[in-house]
Amino acid sequence: MSETAARAARPRTEADPGRRRFLGYLLAAPTLAAAADLSLGTATAPPALALPSGPQPAEVYDLNDMLTDATRPTANLITVVVHEDGTASFELPRSENGQGIMTSSAMLVAEELDLPVSKVRVTLADARPELLFNQLTGGSNTTISTFTPIRVAAAIAKQELLAAAAIVLSAEVESLEADAGVITAPGGASVGYGQLARRAAATSTRRVDVTLTDRADFKVIGTPHNRTDARKAVTGRKEFTLDLQVKGARPTMVCRAPTLNGTPVRVRNKKKVLAMPGITHVAKVSTGVAVRGKTFGQVIRAVRALDVEWKDGPVAGQSDADVLAELRAAELPLAVPALPAGAKTVDADFTFWFRSNSALEPNCAIADVRTDRAEIWAGLKSPITAHEEIATRLGMTPDQVTVHVVQGGGSFGRKLFFDAALEAAEISQKMRKPVKLMWHRTDDSRVGRTHPMATSRIRATYAGSEVLSFEQRHTSVVTDNSHGLGELITAMSAKLPVGEIGFAQTIFALTQEVPYHYGLVDQQLDETDSRFNTGSMRNIYSPDTCTARELVTDQLAEAMGQDAFAFRREHAKDDRARAVLATVAEVGGWGRRMPAGTAQGIALHKEYKGLNACLVEIDCRPATVDRPVRDGVTGPRVTKVVMAVDVGLAVNPRGLEAQMQGGIMDGIALALTSSLHLRDGHFLEGSWDNYFYTRQWNVPPEVEVVVMPDTTGEPGGAGEFGVASTFAAVACAYRRATGRTPTEFPINHRDPLAFKPKPTVPPIPQSPTNGLRRY
Amino acid sequence: MPKHSFLLNGERVTVDVDDDVRLLWVLRDVLGVTGPKYGCGINVCKACTSHVNGRAFNPCSVKVSALDRDDEITTIEGLPGTAPGPGLHPMQEAWIDRDVAQCGYCQPGQVMAAVALVRQVRREGRSITDADLDGIRNICRCGTYARIREAVRQGEAAM
Ligand code: FES
Ligand code: FES
Repeated sequence: MSETAARAARPRTEADPGRRRFLGYLLAAPTLAAAADLSLGTATAPPALALPSGPQPAEVYDLNDMLTDATRPTANLITVVVHEDGTASFELPRSENGQGIMTSSAMLVAEELDLPVSKVRVTLADARPELLFNQLTGGSNTTISTFTPIRVAAAIAKQELLAAAAIVLSAEVESLEADAGVITAPGGASVGYGQLARRAAATSTRRVDVTLTDRADFKVIGTPHNRTDARKAVTGRKEFTLDLQVKGARPTMVCRAPTLNGTPVRVRNKKKVLAMPGITHVAKVSTGVAVRGKTFGQVIRAVRALDVEWKDGPVAGQSDADVLAELRAAELPLAVPALPAGAKTVDADFTFWFRSNSALEPNCAIADVRTDRAEIWAGLKSPITAHEEIATRLGMTPDQVTVHVVQGGGSFGRKLFFDAALEAAEISQKMRKPVKLMWHRTDDSRVGRTHPMATSRIRATYAGSEVLSFEQRHTSVVTDNSHGLGELITAMSAKLPVGEIGFAQTIFALTQEVPYHYGLVDQQLDETDSRFNTGSMRNIYSPDTCTARELVTDQLAEAMGQDAFAFRREHAKDDRARAVLATVAEVGGWGRRMPAGTAQGIALHKEYKGLNACLVEIDCRPATVDRPVRDGVTGPRVTKVVMAVDVGLAVNPRGLEAQMQGGIMDGIALALTSSLHLRDGHFLEGSWDNYFYTRQWNVPPEVEVVVMPDTTGEPGGAGEFGVASTFAAVACAYRRATGRTPTEFPINHRDPLAFKPKPTVPPIPQSPTNGLRRY
Repeated sequence: MPKHSFLLNGERVTVDVDDDVRLLWVLRDVLGVTGPKYGCGINVCKACTSHVNGRAFNPCSVKVSALDRDDEITTIEGLPGTAPGPGLHPMQEAWIDRDVAQCGYCQPGQVMAAVALVRQVRREGRSITDADLDGIRNICRCGTYARIREAVRQGEAAM
């Protein structure tokens, strides 16, 4: 399905503008090393559009343009090295957390180098402070910003291999054929890349130029490819931070306060806990009381035994309702537009509760801090900021600190922050020992970062079949951007098309785009309350703002007596939008008759230089909603999802499909089941039996992702892209199935709690002992 | 300190550790067997799923002292050894073929759960149904569920 679509698409690609020559470097090195400046990218062309809805800032220049442009002035090199064993290697200055960017990067190298993907080794670079903004993994920007430079470096390497082969084979360069790592002369004589690796090496660094493979000739890019680490992942050999064996780095955990961000005053029973079996160290640190021991099992027992006097955190005594009241107080008013006679208004108001962005791998890090140097290992998406802050915390200069980027067990925004790395560094310094810090799941769920709670209000006006205006006021608990994105925006602010507004408003303006002709469009963000540990979660605002917009879109269509799909198609701003809508309508059988209590929903989203549409079917009949499950929630079941995704050029359609599938599962959770409840100063949810992320019993039996033909010749973002339209489509389907417009998400947030909250003192639960009886 | 002895991936191991330390930590921290992952420690997320005498269980919720000398523990590292022939277990091959893993953190547990599920339905003289797939409790926070469902069926056919 999807994969054929992408292949079939290639011949349709327009005349290739990429034939121009790109500049790169040959580096002096023992074997062939070719490099390109990471700032090589695509120019941002301002669109010349005359639209009934004027272009919003994000349409002219979006978050990805900013992230890509931010890399330009730093002028730093990424390098492809060819080795004597015939392999090539490449250090990616980004963070892999499951998005598949190591695989897609290997594909880019393989394409230009004419080497099998299996012979390209991609690893993650340590923190490289000289890269400034260019080592931030966020905004689904990796492939967008590295697409050209990686190919240029690889193309230069191949050019040099061919030149070296011409000498070895005594043939003209033009007559040589490179294929799968072997260069062959017309007579059949051949030489492998491995044999040429030394010969082709440069003795001094120099600039060279190169052309890139014509898009029509891509053999690897655009062809489905499995993950390069698939085998390691299913054999248990893929190493995550907690799996690393760093000498002396013993299991370490932190005993935390009963209120969010509470701090320790004193430990009443340190001696007793130190005497417990296996325990080596107990130390008060800024976030709690750290315990180090031989096994995590013994450390868990010790954390539970600690008797600590705490100072309350900043939200002590507060609950969901208090935060909601604060948001209400901060809401910006909706303007009342002057309406022509006969015009009508649709007003809507939605609440999105706190949600946890926990990955399955909990926050964790290894730190080995000595008096004069420190070494840190963690999954980090902003290693440069982490590096700086860790050095500051330790009172060291940056060059005394080494930060290794380890593959992460999921991120979803969580690993833009380095809470565990900073904490581990502090603990290791205090204890004067290497530590392997793990947050208990309960810490990760209750104290770890959350997607901020928000309200979104919309006022749309219409007359006849025209939408005249669309206003959206999004009011949110503050999203923490102190992971490097804030600095990046400051540095870029002069050239952004949004004027002097705050960080958050800048990101909002650069990501929000109403993909319909809705007349006068005005979207604004207001933030309040910075007491929470927040961050993005597979996007920041868009899943919420898109869901609000799409529900109102359904209401508008209904008010005008139009079909939800036909209305969207008619009001869509461009052909790419109409194509993804038409695709899901056709593949998903839009409009088919369905039993009462079940329905379809459809939604459209535009971001990351791409568009997607989602069609879902939901079953809200009591027999489905009330089906029993142990330690989980069921509720309405999404029975089918069809998503059509246009990212421009899909480098790896198979990886793109996987990212959409993952986003779909997130969208379902956001709509139906997953939220945090703040009660009396802490979040109640303490583990996966309390926080209801999508489980197999919630998974749609039918999931189909259609990768659209290449529309732009340039890659778009993928990691976060599937969430918004799915969330919105599920909400719209729920509305049609039940006849009620949901106004709070997830829809079950105000239901009686489906679990018994775990105690807050001790802060973590002991493991049960029923593992042999109960699976 | 008390000694505990059991069979791990076909070999006898003996460890010196307190009775009540859960097996997950004995595997990971004492024996350096890191295939089984920590995701909750309370028998909920199933990231640590391994086999005891061929059946799925969660070592995070079993005291090391609860094991008998003859109990055979299989972790993901030992799974290939339980299938005939060289190479990986057919369920692992299905996982690779279906390109299931994203971050990969949950996947050792998912594969172990899938193998145990096939064995269980076979004991019941039937094959895997949609309801069985709905009943898989392992969390995947990356949301690879759709491909897991395909891979379980493909692995079942090859087992
Ligand atoms: S860690 Fe064992 S079930 Fe979660
Ligand atoms: S692949 Fe990441 S948690 Fe499952």
